[in-house]
Amino acid sequence: MTETPVNLQPRPIERIRTLMASRLGGVILLLMVFAIILIATLVKGVPTQQLVSLTVRGLMLGGIIALGAIGLTLISGVLKMANFAHGDFMSLGAYMALLAIALLPTGQPMGPFSFGPEFLAALLFAMLVVGFIAWLFDRFIYRRLRARRTMSVVIAMASLGVALLVRSLIYISWGGDFSFFYTGRARPATAELFMGIRVRPDQLFILGLAVVFIIMIWFVLERTRLGKAMRATADNPDLARISGINTDRVVMWTWFIGGALAGASGVMYGLDAQLRPEMGWFLLLPLFASVILGTLGNPYGALVGALVIGVAWQVSSAFLNPAYGPAVAFVVMIIVLLFRPQGLFGKAGS
Amino acid sequence: MVTDGTLAKIILLALPLAFLAYRLLPQRFPLALTLPAGIVLGAALSTVTITLLPPGIISYVVSFVVMASIYSVLTLGLNVQWGYTGLFNIGIAAFFAIGAFTSALVTTLPPEGAFAQFSQQLFGLGAPFLIGVLAAGITAGILAFLVGIPTLRLREDYLAIATIGIAELTRLIFQNERWLANGPQPLRGIPQPLKCLVEDPVCAWLPGPLQDVFGGLAARDYVWVYMLVVTVILAVVFLILERMLRSPWGRVLRAIREDEESAAMNGKDVARFRMQAFIFGAVIMGVGGSLYAHYFISIDYSHFDPLYATFLIWVMLMLGGSGNNRGAILGAFVTWGIWTGTTFVIDEFRPVLAAISSDLPARGPYFRFTLISLLLIGILLFRPRGMLGEEKEVTRP
Repeated sequence: MTETPVNLQPRPIERIRTLMASRLGGVILLLMVFAIILIATLVKGVPTQQLVSLTVRGLMLGGIIALGAIGLTLISGVLKMANFAHGDFMSLGAYMALLAIALLPTGQPMGPFSFGPEFLAALLFAMLVVGFIAWLFDRFIYRRLRARRTMSVVIAMASLGVALLVRSLIYISWGGDFSFFYTGRARPATAELFMGIRVRPDQLFILGLAVVFIIMIWFVLERTRLGKAMRATADNPDLARISGINTDRVVMWTWFIGGALAGASGVMYGLDAQLRPEMGWFLLLPLFASVILGTLGNPYGALVGALVIGVAWQVSSAFLNPAYGPAVAFVVMIIVLLFRPQGLFGKAGS
Repeated sequence: MVTDGTLAKIILLALPLAFLAYRLLPQRFPLALTLPAGIVLGAALSTVTITLLPPGIISYVVSFVVMASIYSVLTLGLNVQWGYTGLFNIGIAAFFAIGAFTSALVTTLPPEGAFAQFSQQLFGLGAPFLIGVLAAGITAGILAFLVGIPTLRLREDYLAIATIGIAELTRLIFQNERWLANGPQPLRGIPQPLKCLVEDPVCAWLPGPLQDVFGGLAARDYVWVYMLVVTVILAVVFLILERMLRSPWGRVLRAIREDEESAAMNGKDVARFRMQAFIFGAVIMGVGGSLYAHYFISIDYSHFDPLYATFLIWVMLMLGGSGNNRGAILGAFVTWGIWTGTTFVIDEFRPVLAAISSDLPARGPYFRFTLISLLLIGILLFRPRGMLGEEKEVTRP
């Protein structure tokens, strides 16, 4: 790069760009997003208690989104493709659990929760099935396209076809209406947290489960050979291959783990709200927003991104029509793309 | 003959057929030969079809042509973005919807009196149809410009994700904002161009003999008139695109698609050209939206579901052959044929479905989504070029 001899002072816009690209930039960006939301709630005069309550709900929603987003970011990192079917993998997980619950004998609700022990079996079943199906799609569709050196955008387009295929099969098997895991079972908000905030016990279970899964993921990524290989492949696939890593195996496990997490996330969303065939499609935008906010390929970034998106989504419902929840995720994503496209944890220029 | 409007129908069908025949004749013959030959062929074909085929089938074919042509316009818009420039837009529904609603708002009049309590809209200009088409293109172009600013300089996937987002946002706005376009209720009473041709008395501006010819058309024959309107606009869009994409401008787009860096090294402002292609494609999609709105008379947010307002158009382009305008139109017609044709097939299989489960017959329409998704995956796996594929040499001075 040749430097121009005149006017060495950077222009103001350049200064802002450099600032945003620095480590501090990520923090400023986050503060900006929350400042906008906070100002909006102040203008509307939302009571503090409601604000705190919505934040807690946002963290729970963030936990659910995080499980999907971690899988999505791993797939983006290892395979260098955008998996547009990830949301529909979530729906598939929820419906697989619904299927298992219908087949298994219904037990008594456990303690304060709305579900019996069969729900845990159904959750496990859903995770295994979605993980396996995610791998199958890779084996029979994406791997063939990769072998032909197809552009990654075209592979992403194929994933769009997979998304539609999965959703249409759900529509055919269960119809387009709402479903519940346990139809007609009351789910009162009996668990009391601080400041008189009440939530449903199921929601605490969801939050706890999300934490457990995230710890498990951390363990796999940091403490096992597989996790190390996954991180290496995400970092540089060619280098990973020549250093003796079996990239095919890594790809297989990436899909399995990504799919299983998406399945779990879908089951948890279904338990919190209800099941709809298009639920995953609506969650796709928040998923991608979390992944981009937390830097593509960075699982811990995706977790932070998901929590931010979850809180922004819930808190904004205090002053916005709640139908616009996914749109809030979209707006956050656009702000990130404008000012810091590498995400919170990315280096400038990457 | 004059009273039942057959002659009018022959004329309305002959015009698009003449253009088609003219385009399909070898271009090396002089215009003085091909143009009259095309007109004669079109007139002959039109007369033969209308006199020989049963009227039920013909009117089905005519409404099929209208829908397939509207989708062709949308597919041509996508072809500029994806086929020529490699821009991955999976939020076609946004530009489609904003075109449709803009055209509706521009051409309708605001509701008055008691009706205003049931229907709301931001404004209503009561402008003519063509102004509506123009406005639809302009707003869709502005929307594309806004989406393009943060995304076009980044990797392709970002554009894809942002376009999904803008499509969802557009749909949510038209669903929830009553003041804007009466959401979630439909916006009704969108005027139809040249409607007076099927009214009694027939349009006053028509020359005398034609008044007699068109006087025979009944109100239900309007789809014939609209077929002419849509096919003329489709032909105009097609000719403009062929001209532009074979120009140096189109060559730069393809160069950027193939190798962005070498295009930039040759002094081309890549970001600028991508933005131009993105906006240009969106303008065409907006025009398609306008044509859709004036055909359906009443539109609401549910018309712009990603399934048939985005995916279907992608399948059309990929099936026909991206990077080829004739392929885009062919793909639109074939895919629309498959899409509507499967309805009949599924109806045939109703007893079988009912035997499997009593719920299945009602879910018949969903099988179309399965079929369309398998079609998209199959094309990508087994025939990525599509039916026609891109032509090798396309540059003309």
